[in-house]
Amino acid sequence: MAEKKLKVLAASSGGGHWEQLMAMRGAFEGCDIVFATTIPGLLAKYGIKDGLVLPDCSRDSITMSIRCFFSAFSIVIRHKPDVVISTGAAPGLFCLLAGKLTGKRTIWIDSVANVEKLSLSGKLAGHIATLWLTQWQHLSRPDGPHYAGAVL
Amino acid sequence: MILVTVGTQLPFDRLIKAVDSFAEELTKPVLAQIGKGTYTPQNMKWIKNIEPADFDRVFRDATVIVSHAGIGTVLTAKRFGKPIILVPRKASLGEHRNDHQLATVSQLVGRPGIYVAQSDDELKDYLLQDLDSPSHEDASDAGRASLVSYLKGYLATG
Repeated sequence: MAEKKLKVLAASSGGGHWEQLMAMRGAFEGCDIVFATTIPGLLAKYGIKDGLVLPDCSRDSITMSIRCFFSAFSIVIRHKPDVVISTGAAPGLFCLLAGKLTGKRTIWIDSVANVEKLSLSGKLAGHIATLWLTQWQHLSRPDGPHYAGAVL
Repeated sequence: MILVTVGTQLPFDRLIKAVDSFAEELTKPVLAQIGKGTYTPQNMKWIKNIEPADFDRVFRDATVIVSHAGIGTVLTAKRFGKPIILVPRKASLGEHRNDHQLATVSQLVGRPGIYVAQSDDELKDYLLQDLDSPSHEDASDAGRASLVSYLKGYLATG
């Protein structure tokens, strides 16, 4: 019997976060991968079938944030990934949190746009992620975030 | 064709107005994606947002991209092999929450195919030149390969 493929949920908001996630797609070769983003058209743009749509949210709206968190949580419960990975921002962080609460491995890759310091989501992710990465060597610290390369 | 894009999340009328003010002096036609901006261009073609279905065609037709310093657009320009001129948003002008775009361009300036315009004059100068495209192999490809292989290794450790 073939070995069960590793199931990965890769989630990010639209725009730059999504383009960065797409730039590291090669890492998911051989995995059973589920993508989730906040703009439906982005899935089609990259020819992704069976992708998921998350409600967008930011720190500006508590209602949207709560909606987004429950949606992230239900995705993790329904799809049972082994690993949750995100490039940001808040919607991805909620997916990581849901992963953490259900005992999954979690990976955060902070946006390459954050050159001087981590984003707020990126800082919070440090408490949640089993692998916590920055894309800038000068932002890496011995206790994390670590640096392993960058999409740009 | 010169493609001007400001992303979908925030308006960036300063950039659209600047290009519109000298669009007629440029040798190539201009298409501006104005997003949430309220300024209506007078001297160039414009659209609110590029539909995903039209996206590849518009990018392929462009010879140069002018953009806010958004990473998504920088990555897309590289993917299509197009030179990109970046105009960073400034928090002091209410164009973003903070000045992270200024910090971003400080790290990107001088990379192949990436040009940073700090003023309208610099922007116009760049648009009147033939700019080099990003090379297919550059330092950033090594960084990306390193990140991808690291992630692959981490995923494989189950």
